[in-house]
Amino acid sequence: MPGGRSVHPLAWWGWAACLGVAAMQTTNPNPFLLLLIAAVVSFVVASCRGNSPWSRSLALFVKIGLVVIVIRLAIEVLFGQRGIPGHVLFSLPRVPLPSWAAAVSIGGKVTLESLITAFVLGLQLAVILVCFGAANSLVSPYRLLRCLPSILYEAGVAVTVALSFTPELVDTVSAVRHARRLRGVPTTGVRGIRGIAVPVLEGALDRSLQLATSMDARGYGRRNESSRAATRIAVSATATGLLSAAVGLYGVIDAGSLFGLGLPIVTVGVAVCAVGLTVGGRNLRRTRYRPDRWGAPEWAILGSGAVALAAMGIAHALGIAGMTASFVPLAVPALPVLPVVGIVVAALPAFVAPSRRAAGAPVRSDLGAAVA
Amino acid sequence: MIRLERVSFRYSGAARPTLDEVDLEVPEGELCVVVGETGSGKSTLLRTVNGLVPHFSGGTLGGSVTVDGRSTRTHRPRELADVVGYVGQNPLASFVTERVEDELAYTMENLGVAANAMRRRVEDTVDLLGLAELRDRPLRSLSGGQQQRVAIGAVLTASPRVLVLDEPTSALDPAAAEEVLNALARLVHDLGLTVLMAEHRLERVLPFADRVVVVPGRGARLTVGPPAEIMRTATVAPPLVELGRYLGWDPLPLTVRDARRRAAALRQRIAPMQRTIARERPADGRQTVAELRDVAVHYGPVVAVQSVSLDIRAGEVTVLMGRNGSGKSSLLNVVSGGRRPTRGSVRLHGGDPRRLAAQELVREVGLVPQDPGVLLYAESVRSECHHADRVAALDAGTTRGALARVLPGIPLDLHPRDLSEGQRLAVALAVVLAPAPSVLLLDEPTRGLDYPSKDRLVTLLRELAASDHAIVLATHDVELAARVADRAIVLADGELIADAPAREVVCHSPVFAPQVAKVFAPDEWLTVGEVRAALEEVPA
Repeated sequence: MPGGRSVHPLAWWGWAACLGVAAMQTTNPNPFLLLLIAAVVSFVVASCRGNSPWSRSLALFVKIGLVVIVIRLAIEVLFGQRGIPGHVLFSLPRVPLPSWAAAVSIGGKVTLESLITAFVLGLQLAVILVCFGAANSLVSPYRLLRCLPSILYEAGVAVTVALSFTPELVDTVSAVRHARRLRGVPTTGVRGIRGIAVPVLEGALDRSLQLATSMDARGYGRRNESSRAATRIAVSATATGLLSAAVGLYGVIDAGSLFGLGLPIVTVGVAVCAVGLTVGGRNLRRTRYRPDRWGAPEWAILGSGAVALAAMGIAHALGIAGMTASFVPLAVPALPVLPVVGIVVAALPAFVAPSRRAAGAPVRSDLGAAVA
Repeated sequence: MIRLERVSFRYSGAARPTLDEVDLEVPEGELCVVVGETGSGKSTLLRTVNGLVPHFSGGTLGGSVTVDGRSTRTHRPRELADVVGYVGQNPLASFVTERVEDELAYTMENLGVAANAMRRRVEDTVDLLGLAELRDRPLRSLSGGQQQRVAIGAVLTASPRVLVLDEPTSALDPAAAEEVLNALARLVHDLGLTVLMAEHRLERVLPFADRVVVVPGRGARLTVGPPAEIMRTATVAPPLVELGRYLGWDPLPLTVRDARRRAAALRQRIAPMQRTIARERPADGRQTVAELRDVAVHYGPVVAVQSVSLDIRAGEVTVLMGRNGSGKSSLLNVVSGGRRPTRGSVRLHGGDPRRLAAQELVREVGLVPQDPGVLLYAESVRSECHHADRVAALDAGTTRGALARVLPGIPLDLHPRDLSEGQRLAVALAVVLAPAPSVLLLDEPTRGLDYPSKDRLVTLLRELAASDHAIVLATHDVELAARVADRAIVLADGELIADAPAREVVCHSPVFAPQVAKVFAPDEWLTVGEVRAALEEVPA
């Protein structure tokens, strides 16, 4: 295992995005492949995450995923498509609806087949959430923000401040609540809440003024007088670029509009954007402390994610059996070899990523906790 | 290096100027200490140096302030960031990033320092201020003293030529304060750094000071001079100076070493009086009001307090001491019912403090937290006092009376947020003290308070103790502890390592001993008052 440096944030986000997109490949996904993706992601997080507060966010996303599955099942039971033949588990009283609402049905017979299908669709969403949670566990949003091109630095700082503001607000609320209690003032009811909200908001205002003072005293927003014009050019170029890219994208998606000029417009937009960012960045006199490096481990991490995505994509395009699973009639879906191999390759980061923990093997005992 | 010429400053809407025709010149490589009573305008003076006053404060500034040839009239604070490093009173509010190491690099990133130079300077600063173990920690998880050290480090990395510090050691334990001051003195001596700092704990900074600036307040003239000379007449003086003045020593001793040399004969003369004057107040017959059994407090994986058992007794002043981050505040929080202990039990008069109704709680337990501002919510000091009277069903004017005893002369119409740090603390103290709770908990109650205010606080606390209130103070202020405490408890890493009469604990610790104890060691004298009493009784 290489030394103690941290992996480039974009490598982790790219890897997680690849697996998330891989999970989205088909509309009737194979639940075994989805579970395999979740397992691989959890394994990698358990062996590669650091020990910042953000590292525990995977567990939170797993919980959200479970909630999503439960909601999906509940919707199926209440409003599910009827008329699909299968094993009836139980039946709910049907609520008659007027003819204009014929597309919706409430109640009726609930079949095992429809529940399994609903479960798999919920699982798909949950796995995508787990991939997002994994990215958050492996890289704190602060580190991701540090990758912004330097012209967007000021926007990045605003986001950073906002991010640290939320936990602070929670702390302030509990401190004020406690303080109010100590002063013998009720902390519940309308008056209680008003009594808490006012000092919390005052505190927040005070804090933002102090922060502005401190940032200014520490040189935030310094720039050359001569570069003002260049900054203006850069900002307008970036904005124009983004706008035309968005318009172009619309053209790409809706093939009938823009006379087929969608792709060229996107390309031009992206190019203008890039020019804006470069010009703006060159004129800023700020530097970056310990910028994240992109090296062999980063390529391996991103590559392993790409392999999984490609395997899924190719298998889907070739129509390999088992890529889509249908549960009407009830059957255990086959497990296609190519996607399985591809997804397993995505576990590679657990072995190549430089760990920020103490030297030694990844801590396997965390695996159970991360999956649970 | 720093030059103030006929500087006047008036906050908008204020009746009189805070600074009036101030002239001050601080040459390069000098460590200059600004002293003055609470609310006299020390912070305002410091903030003019890098232009935060008036660019961020509003108000009208007359005269001129120049630093390294740059005037604050034409340069905003950000354009002075490479010359002046400013550390305010509340370090947490000044943090911009999330992690210690990023915070250390923040100013340098703004100044465009090259990547390898940045890395080197961060490493240097980490070593200089002992931050190695903290470098990966989130800033919010640090204790007050650790935050203070990071805040100082974060401006030092930019290698400014001038450092402006507003009470840099008030949140630090004695050892950490010594370390930070030593580090600063080294930079002053070796690199010619110019330091301007405001500080109330003169006993800590005087040995390092080249010159002292007295801000008398109410717009009166500054007095500037070498420490020994200024201390002859200053209204704020550390115990060592008080002792020297009382004994008529000339020049006045500024370090314990100076004083020990002069005191050799005196030590022998008053030694026989030790048994009659320097002795404990009897501890027996005191009733236990709060009981902690096997209490532990965890914050996620961090253990703040581990299995502490402790009785808090009526009529006793207990002082909690220990390094920054040793669990003092957590312990007070648990006793006041602000936090449920992770393990163990807390009993207040035999009941759970978290079950008490708000109105009862005010009379049972009072806590002044480290950030006293959170206690205050009214629009003016006057209505704050009024609220406090009403909630605790006290006679009208009780709280105002208490405030007048802690710090007289606070303008009653001001919003609590417009007060100085020390004044705000005084208001919070008054609000908590007024209902005379049977258990009074104070977390670092002397931050920003001058010596006269501390004297008044000591008298008030002794009176409360005499009428059977239990008082617990968490503090780094050893001089305060020496004057007020009956019993001292020392925490280290969340464990209770000493619980004994204060004199015993304090006198024999190199870290927690007050100046007088150091001068008269190995005899156990704690305060100038005791020495004075002994001299008056001893046959000549």
